[in-house]
Amino acid sequence: MSAVPAEAPAAPTPKLSASNLQVVFGHGRQEVRAVRGISFNVRPEESFGLVGESGSGKSTVLRAICGLAPISGGSVSMDGTAIEGRRSKTFARRVQMVFQDPYGSLHPRHTVDRVLSEPLAIHRFADREERVVAALKDVGLDARFRFRLPHQLSGGQRQRIAIARALIVEPDVLLLDEPTSALDASIQAEVLNLLQRLRAEKKLTYLLVSHDLAVIDHMCDRLLVMQGGEAVEELDRAGLKDHAVASDYTRRLLTASEGYVR
Amino acid sequence: MTTVENTSKGGLGAWLKTDTPTSRFHARCISIWNAWADLSGNFLAMVGLAIIIALILMAIFAPWLATANPNIQHLGDRLQPPGWQGHLLGTDELGRDIWSRIVFGARVTLYIVGLVAVTAPVFGLIIGAVAGTIGGWTDRLLMRLTDIFLAFPRLILALAFVAALGPGIVNAVLAIALTAWPPYARVARAETLTVRRSDYIAAARLQGASTLRIIIGHIMPMCVSSLIIRVTLDMAGIILTAAGLGFLGLGAQPPLAEWGAMISTGRQYLLSHWWVATIPGLAILTVSLGFNLLGDGLRDVLDPRGNRQ
Amino acid sequence: MSASPSTPLLDVRDLKVRFATRRGAIEAVRGISFSVGRERVGIVGESGSGKSMTGRAILRLVRSPGSATAERLALEGMELQTLSERRMRAVRGQRIAMIMQDPKYSLNPVMRVGRQLVEALKVHERISSREATRRALTMLEEVQIRDPKRVFSAYPHELSGGMGQRVMIAMMLIPRPDLLIADEPTSALDVTVQLEVLKILDALVRERGMGLIFISHDLKLVSTFCDRVLVMYLGRIVEEIAADRLHEARHPYTRGLLNCLPEIGGSREPLPVLERDEAWA
Repeated sequence: MSAVPAEAPAAPTPKLSASNLQVVFGHGRQEVRAVRGISFNVRPEESFGLVGESGSGKSTVLRAICGLAPISGGSVSMDGTAIEGRRSKTFARRVQMVFQDPYGSLHPRHTVDRVLSEPLAIHRFADREERVVAALKDVGLDARFRFRLPHQLSGGQRQRIAIARALIVEPDVLLLDEPTSALDASIQAEVLNLLQRLRAEKKLTYLLVSHDLAVIDHMCDRLLVMQGGEAVEELDRAGLKDHAVASDYTRRLLTASEGYVR
Repeated sequence: MTTVENTSKGGLGAWLKTDTPTSRFHARCISIWNAWADLSGNFLAMVGLAIIIALILMAIFAPWLATANPNIQHLGDRLQPPGWQGHLLGTDELGRDIWSRIVFGARVTLYIVGLVAVTAPVFGLIIGAVAGTIGGWTDRLLMRLTDIFLAFPRLILALAFVAALGPGIVNAVLAIALTAWPPYARVARAETLTVRRSDYIAAARLQGASTLRIIIGHIMPMCVSSLIIRVTLDMAGIILTAAGLGFLGLGAQPPLAEWGAMISTGRQYLLSHWWVATIPGLAILTVSLGFNLLGDGLRDVLDPRGNRQ
Repeated sequence: MSASPSTPLLDVRDLKVRFATRRGAIEAVRGISFSVGRERVGIVGESGSGKSMTGRAILRLVRSPGSATAERLALEGMELQTLSERRMRAVRGQRIAMIMQDPKYSLNPVMRVGRQLVEALKVHERISSREATRRALTMLEEVQIRDPKRVFSAYPHELSGGMGQRVMIAMMLIPRPDLLIADEPTSALDVTVQLEVLKILDALVRERGMGLIFISHDLKLVSTFCDRVLVMYLGRIVEEIAADRLHEARHPYTRGLLNCLPEIGGSREPLPVLERDEAWA
């Protein structure tokens, strides 16, 4: 705990923390070590970013937290309590995830209404009608969209529905797996604004994964750069702005995010 | 606020074509309407559907369509050719009117097809979806069981069942259903495996949905369309198996009019009195063709992998 | 250069692409006109703006139920619309080449990369297999592949996205086309790899004096890479502007596309959201 910045004298219990997290898929010769010892702490109501390119294991970290990938070593804890084994319904109410591909994360044969009411049915909410309508309004969609099927929606609208689905059970942690990388630049701005507004309104904690440093910088207070399943370095916004980075890899990512220079 | 009243002012057509449905019921109507519009554009599928509707009407109105009692024998009028003295399609070896037997036989055929269609695919779907979703040992056990059933030739296995259960139309249907489910289980499992790893299933799991809810609410709807297609394409085979059992004397028992049994008895006179066996044969051919054509059309409409934009 | 200097490399007048659907015809491209010389032209727009359809229409690759019509679609004065399918195939291979977003779908998955290159070479030139192999290896070097021998004997699925896209570029450049159409060539790649691939593409296009149509949704990327930018919205070109004067863009849509990207060290204010007005199209 040496790297704790001075601004937090009595550091609160982190909302979410990973310590020496490892994820291994398969065994024997086909063993793939996707995450090789990652540690980070996300404070309550903070937005924390994981940056890396494909194969860096950044999405796997998210999947390990919510139980879609095995935790093979180290630990993950929430509010100081370790998360392990099969995730309970209570866990589902507290942690939700938004996936990268808005075309793959909505059931092609379920209407928006069904997508939004199902989590309410699972968690036995009473006032479902009102909640579905409110959830649509929250993500800036008209009530007209309520009975549409996913193929009648644009990519940006689908991602809004996915966000509404995640937030409808009132979680306090949202795991965002490249929520805008499948969208046009112009739609990305809308979705990022929406996520910013919702975080402020609902006092959410975000763990955001992206390959785009600019997006992370816009959304997050602190970030961890990952490469090949390992942590490269942890940075805060000021460091990123001043290019005060320690590793060559981060520097290359920074250059890349500035666009093509002839 | 839009209400059903003011949207329906544009007439039923507009109500069905809007892309902003106003209720669950409305949304369902629209998707059915769209599927219908796709299907009705396919001429051959419509031919198939017409044949099947004709079969259903024939079965319902059999007493009015038949020109004679299908089971009354006139031994003096045996083996008369089509058109003879008001016998539209002639008479069989016991002097029964073949047209009337065909008409009443439609009921038996429909009964077999209907019963098999609601049993075998449902059973196959459950086995396949459970095996595919849960995986591991459950999957291995269920799939080996399926393999065992698949390894037998269908008619032989059905024969064995009927032999054990005793001949009769209900037992024939049961035997056919028992032999028909394994391909459906395979199809359902294959479909499940492609769906299982998708993000929307992961999302449902993260929402705390139980495995049962995921299988019924998320996986099965994705398997249904390929099963429906498969069933319509298999219908011809099912009719033929039923006819085969009838032909071997293990299905419908005399004097019940059943197309397969009619061919079976007619075969003795095939060379001298061709119509006795040929006409029920043509009936089976037509109905099988109808199901096949409809199945092909449904595949174009329902296949989720088809490029519908 | 055969044509007179006044004939542009590619001249497109009033290009329209229509799709017949059950609910009536949809126009994906609604009458656009532009010309391309031996320069880099970017076509930018959101999804659904018709930018990719424009690229396909130039190569006459719009598939049924779509159909493309134009008053004029000429390559160095030669009208492409009236060419027979056989001659059009020759044009597609030798004079206009296209690079797609994902190399996985453009390479034959069951043939080694080297053999695909060699065959492509032998279709266009009468050379021996040994000569073709040698040429293929140099080409792989040209697209900055460090270990050309390994890539030569690899299957497409064994290559990373960046490598695959380099191979595609090498393959497309074999017949020395006059015009290259690149449809989001780098959006499937990692950010650090994107720049390398763009650098390779840039150098090759410059060296060979080819024309390039670069289709992308990323206005910033296009503006750093191209000489001229066409901004498309709902099937129309709403603004045409030199890339280095982009900051002077007038059209609210262009300005919106330019401003909507977050920047490192930028403010935390909500990002400007793109205004859209159907009247623009």
